[in-house]
Amino acid sequence: MSKGLTWRISLIVLFLLFSALYLTPTLVGKLPSWWKGILPKDKIHLGLDLQGGSHLVMEVETQKAVEGSLDLIATDLEDSLNAQSTRFKRIVRIGADRVQLVLYDKVSAETVQKFVKKKYPELEILPSFDEGGFVNLQIRMNEKEAESRKDRAVAQALETIRNRIDQFGVSEPIIQREGINHIVVQLPGIKDPKRAIELIGKTARLEFKLVDENINAAAATPSSIPEDEELLAEKKVDAATGAVTEIPLVVKKKAMITGELLTDAQVRIDSQFNQPYVAIEFNSTGAKLFDQVTAANVGKRFAIVLDNTIYSAPVIRERISGGSAQITGSFTDKDAADLSIVLRAGSLPAPVKIIQNVTVGPSLGQDSIHKGLLAGLVGVVLVVVFMAIYYKLSGLLANMGMVLNVIFLMGALAALGATLTLPGIAAIVLLIGMSVDSNVLVFERIREELRLGKTPKAGVDAGYDKAFLTIMDSHVTTLITAAVLFQFGTGPVKGFAVSLSLGIIINLFTSLVATKVVFDLVLRRSKVKRISI
Amino acid sequence: MELIGKTTIDFIGKRNISFVISSIIALIGIIGIIQIARGAANMGIDFSGGTALQLKFSQPILLEQAREALARHNLKEANLQEIKDGNKLLIKVGKANIAMGKVADTIEEVFKKELPGNSFVVESSTEIGPSIGDKLRKDTLIAVAISMLGIILYIAWRFDIKFGVGAAVATLHDVLAMFAVFFVCSKEVNLLFITAVLTIAGYSLTDTVVVFDRIRENMHKDLKGAMQTIFNKSINEVLSRTIVTSLTAFLAALSLFFFGGEVIHDFAFALVIGIAVGTYSSVFVASPIVALWEGKAVKAKA
Repeated sequence: MSKGLTWRISLIVLFLLFSALYLTPTLVGKLPSWWKGILPKDKIHLGLDLQGGSHLVMEVETQKAVEGSLDLIATDLEDSLNAQSTRFKRIVRIGADRVQLVLYDKVSAETVQKFVKKKYPELEILPSFDEGGFVNLQIRMNEKEAESRKDRAVAQALETIRNRIDQFGVSEPIIQREGINHIVVQLPGIKDPKRAIELIGKTARLEFKLVDENINAAAATPSSIPEDEELLAEKKVDAATGAVTEIPLVVKKKAMITGELLTDAQVRIDSQFNQPYVAIEFNSTGAKLFDQVTAANVGKRFAIVLDNTIYSAPVIRERISGGSAQITGSFTDKDAADLSIVLRAGSLPAPVKIIQNVTVGPSLGQDSIHKGLLAGLVGVVLVVVFMAIYYKLSGLLANMGMVLNVIFLMGALAALGATLTLPGIAAIVLLIGMSVDSNVLVFERIREELRLGKTPKAGVDAGYDKAFLTIMDSHVTTLITAAVLFQFGTGPVKGFAVSLSLGIIINLFTSLVATKVVFDLVLRRSKVKRISI
Repeated sequence: MELIGKTTIDFIGKRNISFVISSIIALIGIIGIIQIARGAANMGIDFSGGTALQLKFSQPILLEQAREALARHNLKEANLQEIKDGNKLLIKVGKANIAMGKVADTIEEVFKKELPGNSFVVESSTEIGPSIGDKLRKDTLIAVAISMLGIILYIAWRFDIKFGVGAAVATLHDVLAMFAVFFVCSKEVNLLFITAVLTIAGYSLTDTVVVFDRIRENMHKDLKGAMQTIFNKSINEVLSRTIVTSLTAFLAALSLFFFGGEVIHDFAFALVIGIAVGTYSSVFVASPIVALWEGKAVKAKA
């Protein structure tokens, strides 16, 4: 046996073994216990379009994060100036990038400038100017600082969302950042996509605000209430009918305590009314603050606000020390569970907007798998029968090459841990038709050479040689477009590109090397007078 | 077995007929693309933004009834499509009066309320914001441009610029033909369709390369012969393999079309069209262009 032949046969056998090895985890439901160590465990993943699930793209409204931090700076300046008894008229965020302080005189303006420079060195202090007898001082957040805050906001949002999904319990989720302010979330096999989306997308900004009961909230409008107060609604759901009623309340704009000070949140059931509620624990700062606030406001109502909706507004009956509290409200077990998850995982630094949501139900995915397999099977049968009739024994050889091509491709997909999508299955089906093309070109060439009177062996050799370049060229052009599709495509299209490009590369081997081996084996002894082609 | 034996068809001589046919097809394709750019064609929501919902009902539904039910609830612009097997309804809403993220919910509510006796499950729901659609459109244009450029460069490098242009024109012709068919049938132009178009752009070159290879081989063998004769001879020589290679891929695409299910039905349709057109163009578009050009070049030298 010639040296090259042994070599090539071993390579084919080796590839077959590898394919079998890598495909085992995919084909065998449960791996035996001895299957461990370096043996591959990766399966071919099914895309969301096949196993069902949600693909979400979220946009973090990063500008809101910048504005939020400017609001915080404004509040902090207010508190600090009050503490050091520097008088001021007004401190407020204006526009997208600055905080404006209106002060009574130049002296306090200088004090403030010094203070800001020390406490917020990253901010830019604009020259102060006189405004109707007051001193107007503005502090600007420059673009670089704003960009870095935006960047941090997205990173933080990603972490928070990851936390929430982990606690919600989804197997093998994919959560990754895309571009500047997008986050991509994939939730395979999710049963209740709506609930998951709501949970992920909630900003979950928890605030405790004092209710102003001196104003008749029912008649109040946003313009009729004092500047430092706002009009919010308390949502009540009737457990029996499910009807939602909204009760307006006027609350102080400034939050006394926020969700950042929480350490834990758990669902409990009220033994008396059999109603779920969420028990929260504050950290030491929060506990101290809560103690102070409740002590100072006994008898007043304290609104528990989540994302600008009031959950409940209980009356403070007594000073609460110890750092635990309860959030009651009209919610179901699921609502309470979700609320505890978002409180534990923390709030998002900025609101997120869902800009793409592709959800496929499990039944459609199953249906797609079945139909894809059926189409593949029919495709194989059509091609096999055609080739066998048209090229007889040689046709069967091409069919063998095609089967090898599909097996190797599946093995490669498994080895790479690639994701199989419905278009990916379509690519494999298409490949069944395309993979015999190379052999068609070779066989036609061999026929031509034989017509010229060459011996079978010379004819076969010349056929493979002369068809080689043509086959290369046609493969490269298909590969160019497949590569572009891979680069630009997402999800299902990417799956198509992966299957197609891998399949085409493998095809070079199976159609040129693998089928040639059989010819060489048969034609080794030059007694063969005729070949079946 | 042989499908076609030795042939001596004068392909190049028929170029006037084929150029007229191809020009008409290409023109319709260009009109289709212009309509797509204007947003007047049947665009998939992945490009235009919007909501698509596929529902599977327990009982047959009347399209009229469903349309009226949606119209009563501010969803007049919904586009309904019935999927024949299994009481399925595909609802597409472009830009609506209802906020993004609420459209799918609203549609579900409407059917729950208006068709109480006919329960349904949501098989798939897709919501795409306008910013995603814009980005995708841009990306797609870049992808198509890069593929085209890559193909031209490769063919120009492997053969010469005349063949490169011939191949590129043929490929462009195939792409336009696919757009033309989808436009005329008013089928949805979505990301899967573009995938099919790019796949065909790559695959249809197989036939072109086969023909070009033979032409080049024969040009080297016969330096003095008339271009038209060499080209015709070459095409005839490789005609059967051109057809057989396409046929096998065609069979595979056909089985996807008939058995692959509704999700890739249009995708498979695009492939079937593309494979057929690709074979035609390598014989009737790519080769005559190069023949004309080479013929002129030879004359100029003489």
